[in-house]
Amino acid sequence: MSAIAATPTTAMTPRRSRWRRSQNARTAYLFLLPALLVMAVITFYPLVFQVWMSFTDFGLANLSAKAPLPNIVGFDNYIRILQNNIVIPNFDFLRILTFNLFWAFSNVVIHVVLGVLIAIVLNTNGLWFKRIYRAIFILPVVIPPIIVATVWRDMFDPNNGAINFLLQDTIGVLFKLPPGSFNLDWLNQPNPILSVGPLILPLAYFALLTANVWLGWPLNSVVATGALQSIPRDLYEAAEMDGAGAWAKFRVVTLPYLRPAMLPYAIYGFVITFNLFYLSYFMSGGGPFGQTELLVTTAYRLVNEQQLYGVAAAFAVFEFFILLAITLVTNRLARATAQFDA
Amino acid sequence: MTSPAIATAAPPRAQPVAAARLVHGGGPLRLRRQLILQLICALIALTVIFPILWIFSMALDPRNLSRPDGLNLIPPGASLDAFAKVIAQPTLNPVSFIQLAENSLFIAVLISAASVTIGMMAAYAFSRLQFRGREALMIAVLAVLMLPAVATIAPLFVSMNKIQIGTFNLRNSLIGVALAVTSGVLPFAIWNMKGYLDTIPRDLEEAAAVDGANKLQIFLRIIVPLATPVLAVTAFFGFVAGWTEFYFSWMFLTSNPKNYTLAMALNGMVGQYSSSTPWSEFAAFSILVALPVSLVYLLLQRYIISGLAIGGVKG
Repeated sequence: MSAIAATPTTAMTPRRSRWRRSQNARTAYLFLLPALLVMAVITFYPLVFQVWMSFTDFGLANLSAKAPLPNIVGFDNYIRILQNNIVIPNFDFLRILTFNLFWAFSNVVIHVVLGVLIAIVLNTNGLWFKRIYRAIFILPVVIPPIIVATVWRDMFDPNNGAINFLLQDTIGVLFKLPPGSFNLDWLNQPNPILSVGPLILPLAYFALLTANVWLGWPLNSVVATGALQSIPRDLYEAAEMDGAGAWAKFRVVTLPYLRPAMLPYAIYGFVITFNLFYLSYFMSGGGPFGQTELLVTTAYRLVNEQQLYGVAAAFAVFEFFILLAITLVTNRLARATAQFDA
Repeated sequence: MTSPAIATAAPPRAQPVAAARLVHGGGPLRLRRQLILQLICALIALTVIFPILWIFSMALDPRNLSRPDGLNLIPPGASLDAFAKVIAQPTLNPVSFIQLAENSLFIAVLISAASVTIGMMAAYAFSRLQFRGREALMIAVLAVLMLPAVATIAPLFVSMNKIQIGTFNLRNSLIGVALAVTSGVLPFAIWNMKGYLDTIPRDLEEAAAVDGANKLQIFLRIIVPLATPVLAVTAFFGFVAGWTEFYFSWMFLTSNPKNYTLAMALNGMVGQYSSSTPWSEFAAFSILVALPVSLVYLLLQRYIISGLAIGGVKG
């Protein structure tokens, strides 16, 4: 930031400066033109068009080039979504939203805690094979998410999946259980493990969580490592001289350095996980009974399977406002906790 | 749990000091602690490698099992039969792996090239030039960045479907899919490259400006070469987005199996459509799809992660 502040101010006559400024602005717009044109056509126009669509009954009949325009239906689509009056089986807006929020929150908490702990372990001075571990731990990050999702889908298969085999070969052998004791139907087991009000967690949630923890902690660990390595060593020595124990040092020295790096990343992770399409879509298919459906997968089903373009547009508008609310809340949280260490 | 170390060692603060080493690292590790940490790290490494090992084992297993019958992390031999089969014909559709890969490659290259060239110019303007409306435009880009790609799928599908030239329908084409994906990738590309440009000192540009270079010359001769790492990373992210693209192609490309992409074939190999696909072939196919991008990711890892750290610290 200091590098940017150091821009020299050159003394010029006002007229020359205004001429230069307008020339600079023209150059800037020329550089921006391609991006603005492309975004206007494939991003901003669709977004505006979407709002109009959300007030119509746009369906298959209105799709072809010469088809009639759809009817304006006012807020009908929005009301239908809130009243769960949509042909998607097991559609329950409040349940999906609750699950979606819990899904993102639980994942991010586990990712950050695991990421920080493992970063601390790997940052220990004198640990053997550090570079080998670092090379291995980055592997989940480099595999395309769609492959991760499909592979874990097969791993959680009830009859031929690696997870049930693993449980049989470890716990089964340890407790001398007969072969075939582990036939857990991870992704489709119909009875929820936990059900509190609108929050319903089926076994499939834990399968998804396992896959996403595998996928998510390594990047958190990388970010935490960067922050840990930026801590000056004298701070620990000073704290030690003041008689601080391990926990006190973690709280007073390590945490204040971790927070500014981890918090933005945790917020970013929250939004990414909130919108994580692949795991829900490919692993559980939203099942059982739509209990692991997310907003993004529901939006996709509305367009792709039901061809309810008007309803889908209204759903996307809802999603936009939910994400906006999340962004505002997390930004405020970030600011509130930043004041804490000042 | 009275260990001999505590029984003989004297100072009461022995425990916290040892724990402190774990946090920031003082002198050499004691052997017992070293072994405990090694055990923890090895266990974590096992959980990371487990799915990868399993998928390689299935792909290489010479028995070509339709479904695995137990936990074989090391196959009893190795054969490339499953790879040969999926390269010839991965799904029931009469398309080869090469055709699928060509389609995915086409989308990937288009997205990558478009997002880097267009995005880099915009990033330069945002990072270096003063103009009216800069703040507002940056907020517009950021707002779009927050949206998931699925958010604009309905209007994109509907509008592109109206563009029909003879038998060519934009919606039902690879170009249409590439455009739709670019819509999601471009804001990220702009933001990512702007963040990097902000960290490059301006001395060189100022020197060039004094020598009479104009903005275009500065951009092409100074900024672009200096920004090579972030260009590579952004191009790579755009490429991966296209190479593994699923939801737009699955929805847009309806008629002709010759247009199908790798991810569409992959979708046919798991879940409800998978009964006819041997898992050995699914495993081989996923390796073929993942390996090229995974290897490049590992090569670019240093740049990707340093970019990430910058983004993280700046918030």
